[in-house]
Amino acid sequence: MGKMTLADLKAMRDDKKKEIDRRETDKAVTVIIGMGTCGIAAGAKATFDAMIAELNNCDVVDVVVKQTGCMGFCAVEPTVQVIANGMPATIYNRVSAEIGVRIVKEHIVGGKLVSEYVYDNPSKDILAD
Amino acid sequence: MHFSLSDYLSDIVANSIEAKAQTITATLKEFDEIIEISVVDNGCGMDEETLRKAQDPFYTDPSKHAARKAGFGLPFLVQATELCFGSFSIESKQGIGTSVSCTFGRTCIDTPPLGGVVSAVTALMTMDGDYELEFIRIRDGEEYSVKRSELLEALGELETAGSINMARTYVNSLEETI
Repeated sequence: MGKMTLADLKAMRDDKKKEIDRRETDKAVTVIIGMGTCGIAAGAKATFDAMIAELNNCDVVDVVVKQTGCMGFCAVEPTVQVIANGMPATIYNRVSAEIGVRIVKEHIVGGKLVSEYVYDNPSKDILAD
Repeated sequence: MHFSLSDYLSDIVANSIEAKAQTITATLKEFDEIIEISVVDNGCGMDEETLRKAQDPFYTDPSKHAARKAGFGLPFLVQATELCFGSFSIESKQGIGTSVSCTFGRTCIDTPPLGGVVSAVTALMTMDGDYELEFIRIRDGEEYSVKRSELLEALGELETAGSINMARTYVNSLEETI
């Protein structure tokens, strides 16, 4: 693809919006990726990229993706929290790009936890905050 | 240490957003001999004492996590520039803002790779908050710039996976031309 203009970007968005408007959608899923110094150092941007790409591959483009600073779980970054209707709010740890793709496919699309990466023992000092 | 120069850029601009800056200008320039990164913001700024402490790896903003004493963002950057025949400077005034500027020797073997500029810019443009971010990229005389307000105007929002992906496609198309 050649150099895009802002008008090209708006046209792309209008095309996509027509597609989305034809479907029943709601912003029921939020993904939060830790992007502090610790997250960045552990590869959180690769995770962010992979999850955005997979959400688009799976056509779940209405998922809200947020970034946050250090959540306090520096030793187990990258961390990703997924909040989806009908599922427990879940923090995943050591989420590489590959695991990020699994979280999209299995948790967000499939409704099933990626159990081996659930962070079920968070830092005690952070919980006390 | 961060893996790439783009990671350092992400880290410094994230500081500006955390400092509640309304306006941030981030620049990444590649010249024959050096690579220069600068970030100027009008966030809350720091007094002299805090500015000095911010370069100590065993200090962090106590409002984040009271029991934690490590803050590696700026110290990582200072160390990296020292290893790469580079330079580092920071100026800050409380209530006015902060400006960080650093260089790396482009041919120094210890200079980290540039890394994912497109990923870094896309992620920084789509963080939570009400801020204007202009990213200016210059490489051997070619240049482009992206403003967050322009992306917001074109896409309507920058929080869903669909919009973030389109913003990424746009930034990628600009990066590929230089």
